[in-house]
Amino acid sequence: MYYKNKIYRVFSYFNHWLLFGISLLCMLPLWHTLAVSLSGRAPANANRVGLIPIDFTWDAYKRTLENPEFLQSLLISVQRTLIGTLFGMAVIILAAYPLSRTGSAFRSRTFYAWYFIITMIFSGGLIPTYIVVQRLGLMNTLWALILPQAVSVWLLILLLNFFRNIPRELEEAALIDGAGQFRILTTIFVPISTPAIATLSLFTMVSHWNAWFDGLIYITRSEKYPLSTFLQTILAQIDSSQLSSAGRELENVSNKTVKAAQIFIGALPILAVYPFLQRYFVKGMVLGAIKE
Amino acid sequence: MKRLLKETWPFHLMLLPAVVLAFLFNYLPMFGVVMAFQDFKPWTGFLNSRWVGLEHFEAIFDRKDTVQVVWNTLIIASLKIFFIIVVPVVFALLLNEIRNMIFKRTVQTLVYLPHFLSWVILGGILVDLLSPQDGLVNQILRTGFGVPPIFFLGDGNWFRFTVVVSHIWKEFGFGAIVYLAALAGINPHLYEAAEVDGASRWQQTIYITLPALVPIILVCTTLELNNILSAGFDQIFNLYNPLVYDKGDIIDTFVYRVGLLGQQFGFSAAIGLFKSVVSLILVVVVYRIAYKIADYRIF
Repeated sequence: MYYKNKIYRVFSYFNHWLLFGISLLCMLPLWHTLAVSLSGRAPANANRVGLIPIDFTWDAYKRTLENPEFLQSLLISVQRTLIGTLFGMAVIILAAYPLSRTGSAFRSRTFYAWYFIITMIFSGGLIPTYIVVQRLGLMNTLWALILPQAVSVWLLILLLNFFRNIPRELEEAALIDGAGQFRILTTIFVPISTPAIATLSLFTMVSHWNAWFDGLIYITRSEKYPLSTFLQTILAQIDSSQLSSAGRELENVSNKTVKAAQIFIGALPILAVYPFLQRYFVKGMVLGAIKE
Repeated sequence: MKRLLKETWPFHLMLLPAVVLAFLFNYLPMFGVVMAFQDFKPWTGFLNSRWVGLEHFEAIFDRKDTVQVVWNTLIIASLKIFFIIVVPVVFALLLNEIRNMIFKRTVQTLVYLPHFLSWVILGGILVDLLSPQDGLVNQILRTGFGVPPIFFLGDGNWFRFTVVVSHIWKEFGFGAIVYLAALAGINPHLYEAAEVDGASRWQQTIYITLPALVPIILVCTTLELNNILSAGFDQIFNLYNPLVYDKGDIIDTFVYRVGLLGQQFGFSAAIGLFKSVVSLILVVVVYRIAYKIADYRIF
């Protein structure tokens, strides 16, 4: 066999180490941030912290969680993630079902399919979208963060491909028993597709949690920012002070552990759902890539 | 016809919310591009703004800053597109050689992680790690190799380098998924037959594995080319600063600053339209080429 070959074994040895190194490289920056957030202020500011906290303390987390602005934005993020996911999934499930029907059962299917595909290919751009949101009176509301991104065509395609794989017989039997289309969707398709729907909900939640730019442009009052937007604005502040080699404001430097704590709390929900994400999204990706 | 509608009305009703939302937030903005041909003022609206024809489009190619911004976008985006195809393919091939499943899974779990974190989080971490004073990366470079501090985010050329490398770092694992799936789908009999014929592993890779990956590589390239004029707004916006505007400013960040903050709506909508049209043409052309070469259809 090829793997008993001497040259291949040398290659394989280095390959293991290379991949090991690459995986560490993907994780260490976040680890470092965690270590900084758990360190005392002095060693953190002197940049002495590598991967192990020095002068271990929860102080940065305490101070972060006592900051009312931070808590407020955290609450808004939770709200938008929950409402946005429920709303978005409802819209997508409703739309995916008719689109998964055959052309003979639903003639307008092709028209609707192109209607959605075109939005993937062509977009009006930032400014016109902004003006539409403004004219609809959505500025400074939670809906400005939810409605514009509710129809994710990518997720729609994934779900409709999943629906297509459901055996036709189930639906035919239900039709004969006199069930309407809504009934078939809610009592047959949705329960069968629970794993797929859970996966797509997870995707939606992650994208809502991470979204920051819509908050920056559609929300003009900083006390209504979601967490990502709040983090973006405070991190942009250190940005400028760290780059000019002369102007290092003491105030910013002393906040280093707190900033690390805020970054880590921002990443925490993603890390919490990551094991599930990891398990399902490979299937999800392949599901969408192979069918159609 | 009536009978047909009687059967399908639930379908139309189910599609209604999505259709309305897509109309409001995708189609209305498309009509909004008329402002690219107007001297648009928010208080006069689309109907009463003065028409200026192609003035804004001429300005794109006359103004020095816009030409520079288009170049920056093309350079950064093409580097990203090239490496985000090559690196994941190589990574998938290397990972495919690992036969210890636990090790393989662990590697996969770790490399997918950065994809799910936002650029706000990663930008915050990177700015700290890459700081020229005493960021960890510069510390390691100084003590380990005696390299003087590098301004990763403060020097134009280093900025481009940092942007491309950190993009690859974030996305290569995720990009590799489709290739790994394709690799898993190759018929094992092909390898067995090659083994019997005395082919080395390298020859098997060249003659069996790579040809099997060609169609999926073409598809990914086609999809990636859609990004040729969007070099990654989230990333650049969270990493850049006035020091690197000359080499790091891209179309999207420029549109945000000039259009939204500077209130030059018509001009920046024109840039946005220019961008959309160019990527559309590019995607159609590449799609046709991919179809001709690999007989591949996406839709």
